[in-house]
Amino acid sequence: MSPDLLKLIFGRLSIDSLPLHEPILVGTFAMVALGGITLLAGLTYFRLWGYLWREWFTSVDHKRIGIMYMILGIVMLLRGFADALMMRAQQALAFGGSEGFLPAHHYDQVFTAHGVIMIFFVAMPLVTGLMNFVVPLQIGARDVSFPFLNNFSFWMTVGGAVLVMASLFIGEFARTGWLAYPPLSNIGYSPDVGVDYYIWGLQVAGVGTTLSGINLICTIVKLRCPGMTMMKMPVFTWTSLCTNVLIVASFPVLTVVLALLTLDRYVGTNFFTNDFGGSPMMYVNLIWIWGHPEVYILVLPAFGIFSEVTSTFSGKRLFGYTSMVYATVVITILSYLVWLHHFFTMGSGASVNSFFGITTMIISIPTGAKMFNWLFTMYRGRIRFELPMLWTIAFMLTFVLGGMTGVLLAVPPADFVLHNSLFLIAHFHNVIIGGVVFGAFAGINYWFPKAFGFKLDPFWGKLSFWFWVTGFYLAFMPLYVLGLMGVTRRLRVFDDPSLQIWFIIAGIGAFLVFLGILSMLMQFAVSFLKREQLKDVTGDPWDARTLEWATSSPPPAYNFAFTPVVHDNDAWWDMKRRGYRRPLTGFKPIHMPSNTGTGIILAGFATAMGFGLIWYIWWLAAASFIAMLAVGIGHTFNYHRDFDIPADDVVRAEDARTQLLAGAK
Amino acid sequence: MTIAVNPTQSGEPLFYLADEHPHPEGYSTSLGFWIYLMSDCLIFAILFATFGVLGSNYAAGPAPKDLFDLSLVAVNTSMLLLSSITYGFAMLTMAQNRIGQTQMWLAITGLFGLAFIGIELTEFAHMIHEGATPQRSAFLSAFFTLVGTHGLHVSCGLIWLVTLMVQVWKFGLIEANRRRLMCLSMFWHFLDVVWIGVFTFVYLLGVLR
Repeated sequence: MSPDLLKLIFGRLSIDSLPLHEPILVGTFAMVALGGITLLAGLTYFRLWGYLWREWFTSVDHKRIGIMYMILGIVMLLRGFADALMMRAQQALAFGGSEGFLPAHHYDQVFTAHGVIMIFFVAMPLVTGLMNFVVPLQIGARDVSFPFLNNFSFWMTVGGAVLVMASLFIGEFARTGWLAYPPLSNIGYSPDVGVDYYIWGLQVAGVGTTLSGINLICTIVKLRCPGMTMMKMPVFTWTSLCTNVLIVASFPVLTVVLALLTLDRYVGTNFFTNDFGGSPMMYVNLIWIWGHPEVYILVLPAFGIFSEVTSTFSGKRLFGYTSMVYATVVITILSYLVWLHHFFTMGSGASVNSFFGITTMIISIPTGAKMFNWLFTMYRGRIRFELPMLWTIAFMLTFVLGGMTGVLLAVPPADFVLHNSLFLIAHFHNVIIGGVVFGAFAGINYWFPKAFGFKLDPFWGKLSFWFWVTGFYLAFMPLYVLGLMGVTRRLRVFDDPSLQIWFIIAGIGAFLVFLGILSMLMQFAVSFLKREQLKDVTGDPWDARTLEWATSSPPPAYNFAFTPVVHDNDAWWDMKRRGYRRPLTGFKPIHMPSNTGTGIILAGFATAMGFGLIWYIWWLAAASFIAMLAVGIGHTFNYHRDFDIPADDVVRAEDARTQLLAGAK
Repeated sequence: MTIAVNPTQSGEPLFYLADEHPHPEGYSTSLGFWIYLMSDCLIFAILFATFGVLGSNYAAGPAPKDLFDLSLVAVNTSMLLLSSITYGFAMLTMAQNRIGQTQMWLAITGLFGLAFIGIELTEFAHMIHEGATPQRSAFLSAFFTLVGTHGLHVSCGLIWLVTLMVQVWKFGLIEANRRRLMCLSMFWHFLDVVWIGVFTFVYLLGVLR
């Protein structure tokens, strides 16, 4: 075939795009392919495809979508953490003339992919998954406001993850750092597909995130059950509301800034170039206008989880509910006024830097208020040290430390010394792992019995907990030391042998975290095997306080046979205290949304379009775009998107629960 | 939601609704669409901000004074403003259930929209022909992106408009279609408001500069 024709069909893609000369990648590919084939073969052998398609992939049930988000997050955690282990190993080895085992262009991809994956495809899915699962249950709703959109949002997130993962074996990923600053990320310095994978992976996933933000805001505003005024909403629902407001108000900024970078790369415009009037600092400003709210998008739901867990396991009403709500709202607003602290060294002058330094320090006030609220909730409580509570206590200690180093970095003169150093790396891992990751684990351990009907095994859970916590401190405390000594981030080799010991300690810490992740996977496996022993028949295994514990575990598709009426902040606690009797008769048909395959199909085309654009396969991009348009418009011609669960089915489900509850007594 | 949450007659508090009516279809749609519009508004806000920062970086290339033909832009603006008025007539006739007239006004709206896009493309073609391409300077990059994004929105609105006309033709002015027409109406007027911003800040102030 002529080269022109090949180019027309395959764009930039050729056999050379496959990293056949990289033993690490070939090995990884073999492992992934083997695992993938085993999984696919297993699914085919056990004839699970039909079940998965009907009951999960096309499901519009917020609970199933939430669970799928969590699975995505945990799978991507394994990838992101593999990158972390490689970096730690590389930095521990590359001393005394050794180049380590990662060549520079590979190492640069590893640290970029690590950041991108951990934020967008681990933390975001975990947080969105928990919000999706829990929020409608907590507000006594049957589903979210736009169930189809919810399914579509999830699959768009998956599409983004697929593109980022594809870059591992087809072509390469960006070598720019996780925010892809120009001019390095512009076409002149990054002519390869790496940055394009970055752009389209995030754009596809970003659509999903924005839509799911709109969806959850509407759900919380419009679908609360009778009696649940705003100031009677559970704190997790409050933090979710604020997080989704932040999502809707910040992700469009990311969309635009990436689109402008795309234009620079594809069309040759001059937004972020060094010449023709472009300004790379414009990019840095814009991306942090999204980026700083993003960290609060992640941590606010975690704060909500800790609030629920603390009051449940202390057996007390949450201390200072009102101040907790206001603190959350204040953090939401302030998160837009601090973005410049990410680049004090830009040279914006003393007044501007002071303004952003002070606003940054002010954020620690509402956060501190929250910390005291949790402490006062525990004070004189009857604390049960179950797994969610352990994670919460680890969070409180760790996050305070991370918060204090954050306030230290908020002082512009100090930041001039510490900017881009390992001190910064230690700081943000300190707050993201100590806050978001610990929060997600607390949430997983807390709500797992609600989702699956059995608790998680405490032995492996505690093992995982201790490995994670000790591993975290061993891995990141040395980085504070190194940062203070002046070591900058993203270095691949070192000359000064006195630094090596710190990197070795950090490497050991990362290995302990690895054991923590393995223990967590063991915990899931063991719990599944012991599911009869760990069974939760009551639907309220922790003697908890909010509405999600009023229904069965796992909840029926319709969540509540009758819409609850709420009189108190701790609605379920109030119901238990005042002798609520579960209704046994009078069930009616329940109106529910129907499943649809449109979401996964649309997202599939969007992913194909992204792939076509990355590789300059224009026909594929155009065809996928037209297909997306056709399927999208076709979907709007379907006016019958709901059905009724017959009263008989409701009776059957509720009777089964009655028997289960009777057996429990 | 004005449901009585007080204790029932027997003194026992009411913990669930025995007789419940599901939320009507499209219960959250207008709120959801408003929030979507606000997120879209933010997209334009960032493009305006980018234009504000980079808009005077001509890189020794053409400036607004050399490029903009205000009378053409005035014609174009009137096309879009008129299309907003005719969309309003479509909504009024929809309220009176006069399906034929609704369709007619929608069609007229679409024609005005098409004229707007046509004139905009002519203007772009003219500029590019003169060498004022998006690649020429940061000012032109920001100009083409801001105005082009607006044009892209209007084009999407046109596709949506045709789709809705087909749906009204096939299924009539049923509740779902009324809701959809309402959403498109909000979208269309929103683009009008954005255009006022473009007209003022990009064209008028540009020529003054």
